[in-house]
Amino acid sequence: MKPKGWKDLTPGGGVILEAGNADEYNTGSWRAFRPEWKEENCIQCLFCWVFCPDSAVITKDGKMTGFDYKHCKGCGVCAYECPGKKGQKAIVMVEEGK
Amino acid sequence: MAKAVAVTGNQAVAEALRQIDPDVCAAYPITPSTEIMQRFAAFVADGDVNTILVTVESEHSAMSACIGAAAAGGRVVTATSSQGLALMWEMLYIASGMRFPILMALVNRALSAPINIHGDHSDGMGARDAGWIQLYSENAQEAYDNTIQALRIAEHMDIRLPIMTCMDGFIISHSIERMEYLKDEEVKDFIGEYKALNPLLDIDNPKTIGALVLPDYFMEHKKAQADAMGKVKAVVLDVAERFGKLSGRSYGLFEDYRLGDADITLVIMGSAAGTAKDVIDDLRNRGIKAGLLKPRLFRPFPYEEIADALKGVKAICVMDRADSSGGYGPLFMEISSALIHIKERPVMINKVYGLGGRDFLPEHAETVLNELAEIANTGKAKTFKEYITVRE
Repeated sequence: MKPKGWKDLTPGGGVILEAGNADEYNTGSWRAFRPEWKEENCIQCLFCWVFCPDSAVITKDGKMTGFDYKHCKGCGVCAYECPGKKGQKAIVMVEEGK
Repeated sequence: MAKAVAVTGNQAVAEALRQIDPDVCAAYPITPSTEIMQRFAAFVADGDVNTILVTVESEHSAMSACIGAAAAGGRVVTATSSQGLALMWEMLYIASGMRFPILMALVNRALSAPINIHGDHSDGMGARDAGWIQLYSENAQEAYDNTIQALRIAEHMDIRLPIMTCMDGFIISHSIERMEYLKDEEVKDFIGEYKALNPLLDIDNPKTIGALVLPDYFMEHKKAQADAMGKVKAVVLDVAERFGKLSGRSYGLFEDYRLGDADITLVIMGSAAGTAKDVIDDLRNRGIKAGLLKPRLFRPFPYEEIADALKGVKAICVMDRADSSGGYGPLFMEISSALIHIKERPVMINKVYGLGGRDFLPEHAETVLNELAEIANTGKAKTFKEYITVRE
C-alpha cells in the first residue's frame, strides 16, 4: 500500500475512522519467541485466552485450538500462566528461526 | 446600542464566557485568573449558562478534562495563569496535536522563582511553541473582544487549533476600565453553533483518537498541523472584519500606531503599549517622528506583514515583558526574523521591562525613545540587549 501524503490524512488530529483496524497491523512480525501448543498437555483451562494481551489465542466452541501468529507478539505470558498437565506445559516458547 | 460598563479585565472575560455559554469548562483557580472562574462558576450555579463545570485537582487535570470534553464533541473553555499554564505544559501539545479548538483565557503572570503573582509574559512565551494560537490584549475591551473572536478562529474548519487569549495579570485583569459589552444574542449569532469534528460521542461511528504514530507518518501529521497554523492569519483578518461590522471596533494582526512615516519605533505588546502610545503622542507634538507597533497575533507570527509595516524605520526597540535567559527576548527574536529579508534593515535594540509586574511608566518609554532618536542619528547602538528599570 502506498503511504498517504499529509493532505490525504483524515481532518483532525490523527483520528482513525475505521473501527477495529488494528487487525490489519501484523504485530506478529515483532516476535522473537513463538508459543507452541502441545495439545496432549492441554487441560482447556483457557488461562492462555484470558491472559493473552493481543487476543491471539484462537478458540472454537469454548476450546483452545491454536494461536493467531499474525498478531501474537511472543510475550510468553500464555506459556508462563499455563498449568499444563502432570508438570508438563501445554504451551512452550520456541525461538523463531529454530 | 452597546452596553457601556466599568469592569475589571477578568470580569469582562467572564462575561464573554457567559455569553459564549460553552458545553464544558474545566479549570483550577490560580491568581490572577481566579476571578474569571469564580464569576463563571457563579453563572453556572445560577443557571445563567448550560455549561458543565468540571472542578479538578490541578491544571494538568483541567487541560486533560478539556481535551476529553473536546474529543467527546463539546465546545470547551478554560482559564489559567503562570504556574497553572506551566503545569498544563504536556497537555497543551496534546490539545493542539489532536486539533481541538479549546479556548483558554490566559492571564499573564510571571513564573516562579522567586515566586511572584504579578503580570509579565513569561508564561505565554513559554507556551509559544505548543501549537496554540495566541492573541494578546492591551486592555479589558480587547480581552473581551479577543475572547469572542477567538472561538470563530479556532473552530474554523480549516484551522481546528486551540487558542489562548492573553491579558496582563493585575494591570488588566484587576483594573476597572470603561468598556462595552455586546448583546447576548449578538455574541450567540457571531460565534454560531459549535460543529464537532469526528466526535467520540457519535457512538454509531466508533473511532480511534490519540493512536500511536511512528516515524513513517509522524511528519505528515505535523505538516498538516503546521499547514493549519499557516491559514490562521487569513481567518483572523476575516473574523476581525466581521467583528468590526458588529462592534465598530477594528482589529488586525497587529496595531500600527503613527507608524507611517516614523523614524523610530517601539514594538511593544499588551498593556504597556497603551502607556507608550501617550509618549508617542508627546514626541509627535514635539516634531519627533515616533511610532509604535503592537503585536496582537503572536502565534502564528505575521512575519511578512510586520516586516512590511516596519520598512523604512531607522531604529527599533523591541520591548520584551519576558526574557529567554541567555538569548534575546522572545518578541525581539521574532521581529529580527521578520526583518531578516529586508535589504535596508533598521538598527534594532532589545529592552526587557516589567518582569514580575514591575511598573512601566511613561518616563521609561520616553528614555527608550530618546535612545532610539540618538541611534537613528548615529546609526549605531551602544547595547543590543538590556534590562531597564532595574536598580544597580
